[in-house]
Amino acid sequence: MLERLPSAKMQTWKITKRLTQKLATIAALVLIGGLLSATLVRMAPGFDADERQLDPSLSAESQLALRQSRAGEHDILRFYANYLRNALRGDLGTSHALGQPVQSLLRERWPVTLRVAGIGLLLAWILASTLAFIACLWRLPAFEIFGTTISGAFLCIPAAVLALLSVILNAPGYLAIALIVFPKIYRYSRNLFAKAYAMPHITAARARGLSETRILACHVLPIAGPQMIALAGITVSVALGAAIPVEALCGLPGIGQLAWQAALSRDLPLLVNLTVMVTLVTLLANSGADVMVYMLARGES
Amino acid sequence: MKINKTDLTAISRLLFCVAFLALSSAAFAQSGGELRFCLRAEPKTFDPLLVDDDSSLSIRYLTGGVLVRLNRHTQELEPQLAESWKLSKDGKQIIFKLRSGVAFSDGSPFSADDVAFTMQRLMDPALHSSTGDAFRSGSGAVTTKIMAPDQIAITFPAPIAGLDRLFDQVAIMSAHSPKKEAAVLGPFMVGEYKAGSSLLLRRNPNYWKKDSQGRRLPYLDSIRLDIQSNRDVEMLRFKRGELDLINVIDSDYFDRLAASSPGLAHDAGASLDSDFMWFNEVAAAPIPEYKRAWFRSTNFRRAVSEAINRDDLSRVVFNGHAQPAVGPVSPANKFWFDSKLKADPYRPDDALKLLQADGFRLQNGALFDKAGNAVEFSIVTNASSKPRERMAVMVQEDLGKLGIKVNVVTLDFPSLIERISQKFNYEAAMLGFRNVDLDPNGQMNIWLSSAEDHAWNPQQKAPETAWEAEIDRLMRAQASAADPKKRKESFDRVQEIVAEQAPFIYLVNQNALSAVSSAVQGADPGILSPQTFWNAERITLNPTTRASR
Amino acid sequence: MTRARKLACVVVLVVCVTSAAANWIAPSGYAKQFRETPDAPPSHQHLLGTDEVGRDRFARVLYGTRISLLLAPAAALVSTALAALVGGLAGYLGGFWLRLARGFTDLFLSLPWLFLLITVRALLPLNVSPLTSVLITFLILGLLGWAASARVLSTSADALRNSDFILQARASGLHGPRLFLIHVLPNLTPVLYAQFWISIPVFILSEANLGILGLGVAEPLPSWGSLLRELEGLISFREEPWRLVPLLLLIVVMTSFQLLLSNEEVTA
Repeated sequence: MLERLPSAKMQTWKITKRLTQKLATIAALVLIGGLLSATLVRMAPGFDADERQLDPSLSAESQLALRQSRAGEHDILRFYANYLRNALRGDLGTSHALGQPVQSLLRERWPVTLRVAGIGLLLAWILASTLAFIACLWRLPAFEIFGTTISGAFLCIPAAVLALLSVILNAPGYLAIALIVFPKIYRYSRNLFAKAYAMPHITAARARGLSETRILACHVLPIAGPQMIALAGITVSVALGAAIPVEALCGLPGIGQLAWQAALSRDLPLLVNLTVMVTLVTLLANSGADVMVYMLARGES
Repeated sequence: MKINKTDLTAISRLLFCVAFLALSSAAFAQSGGELRFCLRAEPKTFDPLLVDDDSSLSIRYLTGGVLVRLNRHTQELEPQLAESWKLSKDGKQIIFKLRSGVAFSDGSPFSADDVAFTMQRLMDPALHSSTGDAFRSGSGAVTTKIMAPDQIAITFPAPIAGLDRLFDQVAIMSAHSPKKEAAVLGPFMVGEYKAGSSLLLRRNPNYWKKDSQGRRLPYLDSIRLDIQSNRDVEMLRFKRGELDLINVIDSDYFDRLAASSPGLAHDAGASLDSDFMWFNEVAAAPIPEYKRAWFRSTNFRRAVSEAINRDDLSRVVFNGHAQPAVGPVSPANKFWFDSKLKADPYRPDDALKLLQADGFRLQNGALFDKAGNAVEFSIVTNASSKPRERMAVMVQEDLGKLGIKVNVVTLDFPSLIERISQKFNYEAAMLGFRNVDLDPNGQMNIWLSSAEDHAWNPQQKAPETAWEAEIDRLMRAQASAADPKKRKESFDRVQEIVAEQAPFIYLVNQNALSAVSSAVQGADPGILSPQTFWNAERITLNPTTRASR
Repeated sequence: MTRARKLACVVVLVVCVTSAAANWIAPSGYAKQFRETPDAPPSHQHLLGTDEVGRDRFARVLYGTRISLLLAPAAALVSTALAALVGGLAGYLGGFWLRLARGFTDLFLSLPWLFLLITVRALLPLNVSPLTSVLITFLILGLLGWAASARVLSTSADALRNSDFILQARASGLHGPRLFLIHVLPNLTPVLYAQFWISIPVFILSEANLGILGLGVAEPLPSWGSLLRELEGLISFREEPWRLVPLLLLIVVMTSFQLLLSNEEVTA
């Protein structure tokens, strides 16, 4: 007869198993993401094109050399296999557009993007949540219209214009990111809170004289919480996307600026690495959100 | 009151001090400081022999020492590291007499060894340098012979037209310095580079040039180049006083700047650049045969050319800061421009007659060819150029009046390049040509029918038309002729054939527009690149004006 | 709120009617170039001035409204439906399907779809009509814009799956698609509404940005997105405030639609 493991050990084993599965899934998805991204870039028109081909001073031999410079990237599976092999040794390849090792480019630029996008995202959440909470607590039609108009206005303003405004006003780039991202968070969170507030037990709690703060903390947030956490995971990729025009216009040497340059010049080594990084960040953010939701659900049960 | 000798001495000493202070403050105002402007993109290389993009070109211009320099104003060659030079009669050899007492930025001496090293590296076929390719005249090696530490002969396998002028692009590298390409002979050297952000060029303390008073140039301490691709932001920073120059400014911003601060905006007149369009005449192109027949018809091309209102393009798109283009050479190119030629006037009635001569007919506002096909084609152009998009929209309207339906398709640059130079999957294209070279010999690969850049029908095994065969002959003739007058005769005829046959429909030559802040002294914006800082070594900054901006 | 709704109704009606009547209100059309007066300020002849090639901006706003007002909500509907299908269904089914959908959406969010769009442009003929081009653009936007919302929906649907009323519904014999459509989907409406309303202006702006890839509205056809791109020369807007009109119009229309069509999210 098998001896039953003590329940604490069983729980630890289950958690470890889930974590390992999660990490394995993340690793697999990152690898697939890199390959898919490389395939998309390779299949897109203009892959072999280089604007130097239009330079009339280049000889026929140089033109041929230019066209053949990317021959090693034509077989995408071989390219990706080589890339993975080299990446394990710490060599992430060399950027075609900038002629520099991808590793040093990423090392210099990731902190800039993480800082700008991170602060922007935090500000966006603070702004959106505050507006959504106030709208739900006060329940004033005028504030509702105000919130709808403000968030609608910022949704309608092109990201490039917001970035330009931040340059004109000498405001930091993360403020532009915050203004780009907050309307999306506001719209979702306002609707989620409104839905939670519409539940019958909230009315009952109000009738019993519970304070609005207590209702919000103990009854509304637990209902809307899991979806808000899921939303938080999504907004990481939204913020990274917003970083592209903001960095380009505000002159911030981050990943967003690099990604745009890489896309325009079909810089495959750089694009693959950037996709792998973005996929990893997105997966970690969303998986982290999933774990938190799971733990919240377990806590309740 | 009587002034005694002691008083006089004191007064004269006082006057001397005042004069000294005044002079030294003036001298102070004329030296030092940091000039600031933007590069539109990240420089792709710091190797002067591999430079191909605008940003790297600017850095090479400011840091590289050259044997001869084309004066961007007079368009004449001037001695630099070479005191003098002599071209052989057959155009195959050039002998340079080098300046003595010159050192690189790291102090290592400059000699003929360095010139030989640079030329050997430049002509290495494995390098694929566009600067080196300009020197390739035939099969065979380029040889260098050091005749003395300050004299070198460079011999080419075949004659090269305008050989001496090509050395304006060759920055001499050190053969012996451990710093390699970091050791430079130009007025500035690379100090600090923050990728994606900025580049700082510091004054080269060993720069060989001195002014008329014996002061070592450059006057500036440093130049800061910020990497900024957005023109709105660049303009904003200039207005705020954060930048001192905008090397090339759009006509929209030019007019606003001229209205608010007239002295800061400079229009140097027509530049060497041109905007043009052409039709796809490639036999293997995946376009319907009937369309290819239209595009190959000279009457069709001439009709399209005469249906386009170039005056409107200049006035509306460039606010009058452009001129109708005549042909491949801008009127700004004083020697090579064929002054007998004029831009095609706007004559839609004559255009229609040309089309009717080819069997086209106008019916209910739409144009049909003799087979009954409605005349419709697309023009592809690059999306990153707003002026070109606007020109395409105006051409669309102009041709619409002739019943021709034009679809404007803007594409990202790599997709566009693939279509026009690899897959030939396009009908008409509109692009601009940034001409940095006065000599048309640099355009051989455009005009030779067998060449890669013969845009409308490249890499022909044999010229498919008599006029292309004639252009081939004339271009080869001018390339091998030593006499500039004979060369000009040949190239004038090329320009005339191009005007007759219209393989390229030239639209406008934009003016060279730039902005220079009032704090900058000594700048003299011109039309040749780099327009505003071609004399960077003599530019000074007025710190009082700079502080007040 | 009733007064606000009435006002919103009037605004939406006025916008729809004027854009439908563009042919009569702005007979010069959106393409005619008044080349003598490019970049002109507002006047009797041109109520919102002219653009950089002399086209009447008021006419372009009217005609552009038609395109964007019809197609952007349609594309938003497509993305919302896809989000509901992928995210909602995956959350409802749970287990393997939920994990698969989440992995798929995370991957979808990370890929550089720009290259797919470039490839789509390459596959289209160059002489495709402006209307076809813009239809394809909005369709692609709809097909690509669902992933973020699907992620949130999957969490909502997953939470609902084990809720009391769903268990009761199952116990009373309701299963499969009926259970999903009648009980699960209606409870996902807050997220679906949010997805729908956010998508419209996002797609309008994205359509303009796709112009650099050769997609989007082709010249001379206007759209709100292409009109909003004029704002990118923003440093001059103090001198030319009329260039802000398309932006103000979009804000007013979006706000009006939201006020008009939302119910418990406004009255809660």
